[in-house]
Amino acid sequence: MDGGVLVAAVKLPTTADVTSGIIASLAELLKHLPGHGQVDAVMVGTTHFTNALLERRNLAPTAIIRLALPATQLLPPLVDWPGELRQSIGGQARMVRGGHEFDGREISSLDRDAIRDTVRDLRQQGVRAVALSGVFSPVNSSHELEAAAIVLDEAPEIRVCLSHENGRMGLLERENAATLNACLGEMATRTLRSIEEALASLGIAAPLYLSQNDGTLMDAEFAGRFPVLTISSGPTNSMRGAAWLSGVTDGIVVDVGGTSTDVGALINGFPREAAVAVQLAGVRTNFRMPDMVSIPLGGGTIVEPESMRIGPESVGYRLPEEGLVFGGGSLTATDLAVADGRAEVGDPRYVESLDRSFVAVAMSEIQRRVETAVDRVKLRHEDVPVVLVGGGSVLLENELSGASQVLRPDHAGVANAIGAAIAQVGGQVERVYALEQTGREQAIQDCSSAAAERAIAAGADPGTIEIVEVDEVPLAYVPSSATLVRVKAVGNLATRS
Amino acid sequence: MEPASIQCSPYPFLAENDLWQATEDVLESIAIGAGILGTGGGGNPYIGQLRAKQAIRQWGPVTVLSPDELPEDARVVCVGGIGAPTVGIEKVRDLQSYHALRAIEDFTGEKATALISNEIGGSNSVEPLIPAAMTGLPVVDADGMGRAFPEFQMKTFFVYGVPWCPMAIADEKGNSVVIRETIDPRWAERLARSLTVQMGCVACYAVAPMSAAQVRDTAVPLTLSLARQLGDAVKQAGSQGKEPLAAILDTCPGKVLFGGKVVDLERRTTAGFARGTLTIEGLESYAGERMTIEFQNENLIARRDGAIVCTVPDLICAVATDLGEPVTTELMRYGLRVTILGFPAPELWTTPEGLAVAGPGAFGYETDYTPLVL
Repeated sequence: MDGGVLVAAVKLPTTADVTSGIIASLAELLKHLPGHGQVDAVMVGTTHFTNALLERRNLAPTAIIRLALPATQLLPPLVDWPGELRQSIGGQARMVRGGHEFDGREISSLDRDAIRDTVRDLRQQGVRAVALSGVFSPVNSSHELEAAAIVLDEAPEIRVCLSHENGRMGLLERENAATLNACLGEMATRTLRSIEEALASLGIAAPLYLSQNDGTLMDAEFAGRFPVLTISSGPTNSMRGAAWLSGVTDGIVVDVGGTSTDVGALINGFPREAAVAVQLAGVRTNFRMPDMVSIPLGGGTIVEPESMRIGPESVGYRLPEEGLVFGGGSLTATDLAVADGRAEVGDPRYVESLDRSFVAVAMSEIQRRVETAVDRVKLRHEDVPVVLVGGGSVLLENELSGASQVLRPDHAGVANAIGAAIAQVGGQVERVYALEQTGREQAIQDCSSAAAERAIAAGADPGTIEIVEVDEVPLAYVPSSATLVRVKAVGNLATRS
Repeated sequence: MEPASIQCSPYPFLAENDLWQATEDVLESIAIGAGILGTGGGGNPYIGQLRAKQAIRQWGPVTVLSPDELPEDARVVCVGGIGAPTVGIEKVRDLQSYHALRAIEDFTGEKATALISNEIGGSNSVEPLIPAAMTGLPVVDADGMGRAFPEFQMKTFFVYGVPWCPMAIADEKGNSVVIRETIDPRWAERLARSLTVQMGCVACYAVAPMSAAQVRDTAVPLTLSLARQLGDAVKQAGSQGKEPLAAILDTCPGKVLFGGKVVDLERRTTAGFARGTLTIEGLESYAGERMTIEFQNENLIARRDGAIVCTVPDLICAVATDLGEPVTTELMRYGLRVTILGFPAPELWTTPEGLAVAGPGAFGYETDYTPLVL
C-alpha cells in the first residue's frame, strides 16, 4: 500500500510454521513493487496465536500463582477455564498469602517462603511460564513485582507475566489474560524472531508491526510479551479491510475462511465492539473485542455424506492437498461448491460422481447457517448490505436472506492483509489523579494529551489522532477521590513525506 | 423441570413447580435475570454465579421452596453481601456469608432451617445458595427487595416490622462482629458499612431468624423464579434468533425507556458507594436525544432530555441492545450500545411506608415518585 492506494497484493496459503508463508508472500510481493525495496513498514496480521490456543498446541506448561490468601479461595485461578485447555497448559493453580485491599492496605503480607517453595515445586514439574496475579495489583503492583523477583531468582529461565500489565480491574479476567500471555509467550517470541530474521534475509530493514485486537499496531518486542493482544486481530483486520475495499461503512461482513466463518457488524468502518466480556478459546478476559458470531464452517470443512454432517472438523490450510477437487481424499465444503458449479477451483472431474440432490441439500444447509449467523449480529430486522470476503466465500450464493445487497469487493481475498496495512497506531496512558485537586475534565484532558503524544511517538500522524477510549476507575473510598484514568488515542501511521 | 408460564403483575405467581433444585445449569439463567433486576448494581452477577456454581459443585444442589411451602416453625435467616461492587470484581467474595450465618446462630442460640436472599438483583440473589450448599439448608424463592438497593435498611422485611437486629457481619479473614441492637435500621446500615470498609469492602451479613409468617407477609415472592425465567428468555432469544428485548418484556411487563450509546460515565466512589451519572446519546428512534441516569450503585433516576421518566423504586435496567444481557454500572463504558428498560416496582414498595424507605426522597431527591405507566 502507498498512502491510500493498493500497489500490489499476493496471496499464498498459510504454512504450518507461519514464517515461511509470510516470507514466500513477501518475496513474491517484492517482485511486483516498483522501486524494489522501498518498504517503510511491514504489518503482520496473524491468527497463529489464536490457532495455537484453539488447537491447544505449542502452549508452554504454565502455572498461576495468585497473591491473595486468605481472600478469594472459593474461586481459585483457572476456575472458569475449559477443562481441556486447562490440562494442556498443565493446570497448575496456586494461591499464597499476599495481595492488597482497595485502599492499598495489605490483605496479608507477601508469603515469600511459600512463593519460593511453590516455584521450586513448579520447576520440578517442568513449568516454563508463570503468571502472577495479585488482588488489586492495578492499584498496588508491589507484591507482583516482588513475587516476580523471587520467581526469577529461583528459576531465571521461567517466563513471568504480571497481571497488572495485562488489563485492568477484574481479578479473574486479568489473571486469565496474564495466563494466556504466559502460555503463548515462548511460541510467540520464537515466531516473531524468525519473521524478523527472514525480513532481514530479504533485505527489508523496515520495522515489523503486528496488528492488535482493536485494529491498531504494536511493535514486535511488545507483541512477544503480549501475544494475546493479537488474538482477535484476524476478524478485526478482515472487517476493516472489507470496509475499505467495498466502501461500505455500515453493514455486515461475512469472512469465510478455511475452518470458520466470522460474521460481524461494521459501524463507521470499524467493527462493532462487544458489550459484554468476550471469551478467547472459552476463557473470559476483559479485552475489547469485535462483537462477532463465529461458526465452524469454511472452505475446508469436512462433510460426511452418510450422516449429512457438515463440520465442525476441517482440513483447514491442508485444503489444497486434501480436498477431493485437488486430488485428495477428504470431501470438503469446497468440493460441494465445485460440484454445484458455484466455485471453479481444482479439477471438477473428481466430484462428478457426487449425488446432485445431496450436493444441493448440503449447499442450502451451508447457506442457511451463514444466514442465521448474519441475522444474529444484526441489531434490527431490516435488510443491510453484506460484504463477502475470505477464500471460502465461494461457498455462498449472491442471494442471502437479510441482505439488501451482497458485495464481493475486488481483492476480497486479501481484505485481512489490507486491514492490517491500513491499521492505525495507538497510544495508551493510565494515570492516577486526585480529583479534588485536578478536576475531572482536566484529568481526562491531561491523560488524553499524554495518550496522543504516545501515539504520535509510535508513528501516528498528528492530524489524525482520535481519542477512542476513556475509562475511569475510582481507587479509594473514604474520603479521597483518587481515580485511575485510562485513555487510548489512535491515529494513522504517518506516511513518508 | 420447566417453569410454568407466568403472569407478572407486578411479579409472577407460579401455580406449580414451587420447589425446584438450584443446580449448576440453572445458575447461568439466574445470573442473567438477577443482573437485569439488579438495575445496574448488586455486584457482578458473573462472579456470583461462578461462586454459587463452585459451591454446588463442591457440596451439592440446593432445594428452593416457595414461601407457601415453608413449615410454620421455620427459622429463616437472610444473608447477603455488603460492600462496593468495584471492589467485588477484584477481591472476589469467599465464604463470608457462611461465617456470618454461623455467627448469628451462635449469638441467638437458634439454628436456621432455611435461608433467604436479601436482594434478587445482582450477585446477592445467589449469595444464600453458597451457605445453603455447604449446610444442606433450603433457600426460599423470595427476597427482601424484588430488585437491588444500595443500603441494608432498604428491605421490605424491615419496612413491615421484622427486626433487623441482632445481625452478624463477617469478612474473609476470620473476623466476625455481631451488632446486637440499633435504634433503627439505618443505624445498622451505618455501623455495618463502617465495619465493611475496615474489613476491605467485601463482607457478608446474616440477620437473626424470621418466622414463616414474617416471610410470607413481608418478602417479595417468587423472585428467584423470575430471575431464572428472565435469564431463560434472554438465552433462548439468543439461540433462536429472536429479539431479546421483546423476550424480556414478555417475561416481565415493562417498557423501553431509551436506546443509544454510552457517551459519558462519571463515577465518584464515596463512603463505599459508586455514585455517578451515566449519559446515553440516542440512536435510531431516539436520535438527537439524551438520557442521563443517576446512580448510587443502582440506577435511581432516569431523565430523557432533562425530564424525569422513571424513578426509584421502579426498576431502571440497562441491557446490551443486541443480546439483551444486563450491563452493570461497573461494566459501563464509552461506546456501549445499551437499551434502558423500566419495570414497575413490587407493590410492597409503593405504599407510603415503602416509599419512605426507598422512594426518591430516601436517596436525597426532591422529586416525587410517579409510578411508571406501561
